[in-house]
Amino acid sequence: MERTIAGKSIAVNEEGYLTDFKQWDKSIADVLASEAEISLTPRHWEILGYLQNEYRNEVPLSIRKIGKSGVVDIKEFYQLFPKAPLKTATKIAGIPKPASCI
Amino acid sequence: MKHLVILGAGTAGTMMANHLNHHLKKPEWEISIVDEREEHHYQPGYLFLPFDIYSPEDIVKHIEEFIPKGVNLVKGKIDKVLPKENKVKMTGGNELNYDLLIVATGAKIAPEEIEGMKGSEWQKSVFDFYTFEGSLALRNKLRDWEGGKLVVHITEMPIKCPVAPLEFAFLADSYFKHKHMRDKVEITYVTPLSGAFTKPKATEALEHLLQEKHINIESDFAIEHVDNEAKEIVDYGGRAIPFDILVTVPTNKGDEVMARSGMGDDLNYVPTHKATLQSKEYTNVFVLGDASNIPASKAGSVAHFEAEILTENILRFVKGEPLKEEFDGHANCFIETGNGKALLIDFNYTHEPVEGTFPFAGVGPLRLLKESRMNHLGKLAFRWIYWNVLLKGTHIPFVSATMSESGKKYN
Ligand SMILES: Cc1cc2nc3c(=O)[nH]c(=O)nc-3n(C[C@H](O)[C@H](O)[C@H](O)COP(=O)(O)OP(=O)(O)OC[C@H]3O[C@@H](n4cnc5c(N)ncnc54)[C@H](O)[C@@H]3O)c2cc1C
Repeated sequence: MERTIAGKSIAVNEEGYLTDFKQWDKSIADVLASEAEISLTPRHWEILGYLQNEYRNEVPLSIRKIGKSGVVDIKEFYQLFPKAPLKTATKIAGIPKPASCI
Repeated sequence: MKHLVILGAGTAGTMMANHLNHHLKKPEWEISIVDEREEHHYQPGYLFLPFDIYSPEDIVKHIEEFIPKGVNLVKGKIDKVLPKENKVKMTGGNELNYDLLIVATGAKIAPEEIEGMKGSEWQKSVFDFYTFEGSLALRNKLRDWEGGKLVVHITEMPIKCPVAPLEFAFLADSYFKHKHMRDKVEITYVTPLSGAFTKPKATEALEHLLQEKHINIESDFAIEHVDNEAKEIVDYGGRAIPFDILVTVPTNKGDEVMARSGMGDDLNYVPTHKATLQSKEYTNVFVLGDASNIPASKAGSVAHFEAEILTENILRFVKGEPLKEEFDGHANCFIETGNGKALLIDFNYTHEPVEGTFPFAGVGPLRLLKESRMNHLGKLAFRWIYWNVLLKGTHIPFVSATMSESGKKYN
């Protein structure tokens, strides 16, 4: 489905995750962040950049891996993106919600 | 003579020994299987032991019973694999050379990953049911527990049989009802996922059941530590959940031997091609069961489907033919829901569990994603099937290794 974010028509899934990363830009991140009641600081951008890089390299994301990445520890990750940090951060970063495989 | 070595004589390794014994024969081939344990455990039985539904004799047998004659059973601990030298080193110094290696060393719990989990309350008020010892200790605790807060908890994914903790919560509800003390027990289900399960349709059905059984759910909970004094679990966001009994599924990891051998990922799972089951790094190494990192359920039923496909691929590999990219992640699991009923789910890498009938389209007799008594009988029959059919590598009639889409309600 499509929705308008920051004046642009963007492809998203039912949960609101972008389905085409190429459509992502910083203005979209700002809108998605404010919907999650987060205002993005330089520290947030650093982590979003890291997540996008991992996505480009096809590295599956998990809280555990992020905690061991040296980029951010889990405690801080929770402070920056409260409640469900990985789900919130990936949504703002325009990448798929990590599949917790079963 | 060529050597095929199987590491691990659990569910998956034993099935492979039985399959390959028919095909790779002496004098050209010698098959060896290695395990450090004397006993083979029917792990799905660990779910029933705490509720006195099964007794220890139902779920523990000798490993030898299931290894075919003609296959060499090597007892002992594997110290290290040297994949570049095609060699396995045993603790104590023995060495096994191989032409082909099958890794089936499974997964186990690692409670030490979480601060305080294996603390002073371990097996007093903090329990697991993913080991025989844990499950038995829990049985003894529940037998004369007088009630309070029961918290059923998953530490992080992936875990073996991801529905087992939900089943535990359902069975607990039913157990306390039968003991006429359900009103004295508050049951809370705590998960790192955002709902009861990972797949949308099944989550809907399961959350409905939780509600019906008055089981609270706390989702998106990423545990940071267990507080043994306050008796609470605390997550990274500071959320605390108090318990009188905590039944947790600790982090699951592949065996340490994969770390020592430099063959595992951050959870000691071996990177494996998800359709051929060949190791991503070494062409003469194949991996099945819980030991691999493929995005399929860690379940005995999955190992069974994998074993059928892997047998064919090993024979192709031996003949120098290209491997078949056939494994589709097929899983088939009964979900015990208490009061003599169960659900059944059937799914693969790309198709989530949906409603329908199984294995015959429109007929059943089993119903997918709906509670029924027949499904419960199916789950109980699974134990017999496990010991008598699955381990021997016998094909189950009407159930194919790859998933069938007929009889299912996809939109
Ligand atoms: C509580 C619970 C409920 C479950 N319910 C179900 C269910 O309902 N349905 C279902 O399909 N599945 C279920 N499962 C999952 C199922 O039991 C496993 O997926 C299956 O047993 C995996 O088989 P495996 O051969 O990969 O590993 P395992 O059967 O665990 O075998 C691994 C073997 O390797 C040996 N080994 C490992 N490392 C070494 C070493 N260094 N040296 C020597 N030996 C070693 C071990 O001793 C062991 O025998 C359940 C599991 C649990 C814990």
